[in-house]
Amino acid sequence: MSVAGINVLVDETRARAAGTRAPLLTVRGVKTYYGNIIALKGVDLDVNEGEIVTLIGANGAGKSTLMMTIFGSPRAREGTITYAGRDITRMPTHEIARLNLAQSPEGRRIFPRMTVYENLQMGAAVNGGAHFEQDLERVCAMFPRLKERLYQRGGTMSGGEQQMLAIARALMSRPRLLLLDEPSLGLAPLIVKQIFSAIKELNERDGMTVFLVEQNAYHALKLAHRGYVMVTGTITMSGTGKQLLDDPSVKAAYLEGGRH
Amino acid sequence: MANPAKTLAAPTAADRAATDMAAIIKDAALFALVTFGLCVPIVAFRTDLSQTSALDLVPRWGLVAILCGIVFVARLGQRLVLANRDARRALTPSPTQATEAVDATPNASQKISAYALPAFLGVTLAFPLLAVLGTGGLGESRYWIDLGILILTYVMLGWGLNIVVGLAGLLDLGYVAFYAVGAYSYALLSTVFDLSFWVCLPLAGLFAGLWGMVLGFPVLRLRGDYLAIVTLAFGEIIRLVLINWTDFSGGAAGISSIPRATFFGIPFTADEDGFAAKVGLDFSPMHRVIFLYYLILALALITNGVTLRLRRLPIGRAWEALREDEIACRSLGINTTNTKLTAFALGAMFGGFAGSFFAVRQGFVSPESFNFLESAIILAIVVLGGMGSQIGVAIAAVAMVGGPELLRNLGFLKAVFGDHFDPSEYRLLLFGLAMVIMMIWRPRGLISERAPSIVLKERKRISGSLVKEGHG
Ligand SMILES: Nc1ncnc2c1ncn2[C@@H]1O[C@H](COP(=O)(O)OP(=O)(O)OP(=O)(O)O)[C@@H](O)[C@H]1O
Ligand SMILES: [Mg+2]
Repeated sequence: MSVAGINVLVDETRARAAGTRAPLLTVRGVKTYYGNIIALKGVDLDVNEGEIVTLIGANGAGKSTLMMTIFGSPRAREGTITYAGRDITRMPTHEIARLNLAQSPEGRRIFPRMTVYENLQMGAAVNGGAHFEQDLERVCAMFPRLKERLYQRGGTMSGGEQQMLAIARALMSRPRLLLLDEPSLGLAPLIVKQIFSAIKELNERDGMTVFLVEQNAYHALKLAHRGYVMVTGTITMSGTGKQLLDDPSVKAAYLEGGRH
Repeated sequence: MANPAKTLAAPTAADRAATDMAAIIKDAALFALVTFGLCVPIVAFRTDLSQTSALDLVPRWGLVAILCGIVFVARLGQRLVLANRDARRALTPSPTQATEAVDATPNASQKISAYALPAFLGVTLAFPLLAVLGTGGLGESRYWIDLGILILTYVMLGWGLNIVVGLAGLLDLGYVAFYAVGAYSYALLSTVFDLSFWVCLPLAGLFAGLWGMVLGFPVLRLRGDYLAIVTLAFGEIIRLVLINWTDFSGGAAGISSIPRATFFGIPFTADEDGFAAKVGLDFSPMHRVIFLYYLILALALITNGVTLRLRRLPIGRAWEALREDEIACRSLGINTTNTKLTAFALGAMFGGFAGSFFAVRQGFVSPESFNFLESAIILAIVVLGGMGSQIGVAIAAVAMVGGPELLRNLGFLKAVFGDHFDPSEYRLLLFGLAMVIMMIWRPRGLISERAPSIVLKERKRISGSLVKEGHG
């Protein structure tokens, strides 16, 4: 009983702390086009410092597009994106990456001919590899599988291992804001659990802010402080993770009426 | 119940080998048949003018039979070798595909490179001496040392282009343009402004590097085949400008009487101020040739050293990352624009150095030395060498440049094919054949394995602290 009570207390303080914190990332009225096709039809979204925010939505809703637009490719045609008080809407991608903002993109995009070790070095390159050894040990503790395979070429790893590598690579720059696009893609349920608990730990222990795009809506919303639902390029719903989990329309559309 | 079990058992190894053998022979026979079909219109009849100056058809069925026989045996050999290799592979999976934890010991090809590099270096350093001893005199060794210079020039060009194509993955078909810029820089600076080679060399590299950036800017957004076409055009533009801008470059006639190389200011002449007199040797024109040999060797080694060093630095790593995934590079904070431009500029700079060496060696430059075939040969060296492997590029350069020279010495073939036969006329044919064989045998180049750029010392430390403490 007492343990549960403490948990509730912690949850409440966490939510309150998150609520009072300043927004780290604000997206206002962002419209993104692929040629003449509109993919984002004016998106508004906030990620506050210290929060885990989840974005869910059907295939082709525009979640990955939003993620990439925040990173400047493709660029938003209208609207503004502000990160830590700076307007990054028109900034080139590589400069955005130097603002202590890291991304594990959809489709992993690891460097296949480089070893795991070298891939991780590339991730640390943004801050000149300052804490490389320390961070290497940290991600190796998080993903022991990577530790076993430091000298294997990235492209020869299994899909799930590559996914772990993509997340680990993003963590190597010690980001203040971490953008994850479907980190659970292709992973065994047990590993998914590990990854989600790793995200939670990064958030709670290191205060890392996380913006998470997920198909695994149940786990993602359970983990998140707040969530957004996207339907064909617009945000249709937002609220705390619990509110969205309990919402009947979310349940029907993304949770198959029940749990996962 | 022993009988059905026996019939169900898999065919024995001997059975399988027998059926394999039959299939292989059948396959080889098919190849020979196709060769026969091709030979009938092309080889089987020769047209000769008879005394009455009518055309006579001379049948050559013997030659056709020989060709078919060669193809049959070659195909048979290839299939047998491949079958053996596949069997071996099946038994020992490569370490990069292993499902167990991978150990950090270098693989076979890395071990070979570790020995091949010092061996290669030793031979090249001692080469003039070996040539003199082997031919029995300074003057007689000239052919071999000239050949050595030619090969080393291509090794250097290959290593220069390797930065652009092998490391950064930017397919450049106009590399010869920078070779030309370097050559003309030296030719013009030395003839017009009387500058010495040692002043011109860095300037030539600088100009070529600048031209590398000039090419780099417009093609920043291009990749793959589109990039190849634009760079090809760029190479041709430079050549056409050199041909047509007569006032500047001397046009198609080129620039002649370019000052020869000096030994850091001491000319290689027969008089008292010459190198031979100063050092106390008997004069020989070979002194200059040997000096040129060591000059290009030094330039090539500098190219190699710089490349190897850069591969370990962030910029070299960024080139390799760029080759693999440009979007991932950008989202990791790499400025892909600068990365591409430095690759173009550095590759071009080494091309420029090689070009000014070319000019000082020849004493004469003309646009025809810088045609597309040169670009193609340099690119072929890089591709055959294995896109990114330094030692592979060197071996490929020896094979591609030295190989055709070997053809001159195959006089015995005259006994087989008749007195009119000149093996060096078949240069391009053999070139093509060698390429095809290479692409079958090693489709990703001689040394295709990319050596990880972590130094061994570091590797040991990491594996000590992280890997040894157990898995998981
Ligand atoms: N490069 C592109 N060119 C043209 N259209 C694109 C491009 N990338 C995405 N789209 C389109 O934009 C829309 C949104 O795609 P997006 O990848 O953002 O979806 P998503 O929400 O991430 O879907 P999923 O859950 O399947 O990953 C889709 O209709 C897609 O077809
Ligand atoms: Mg997506």
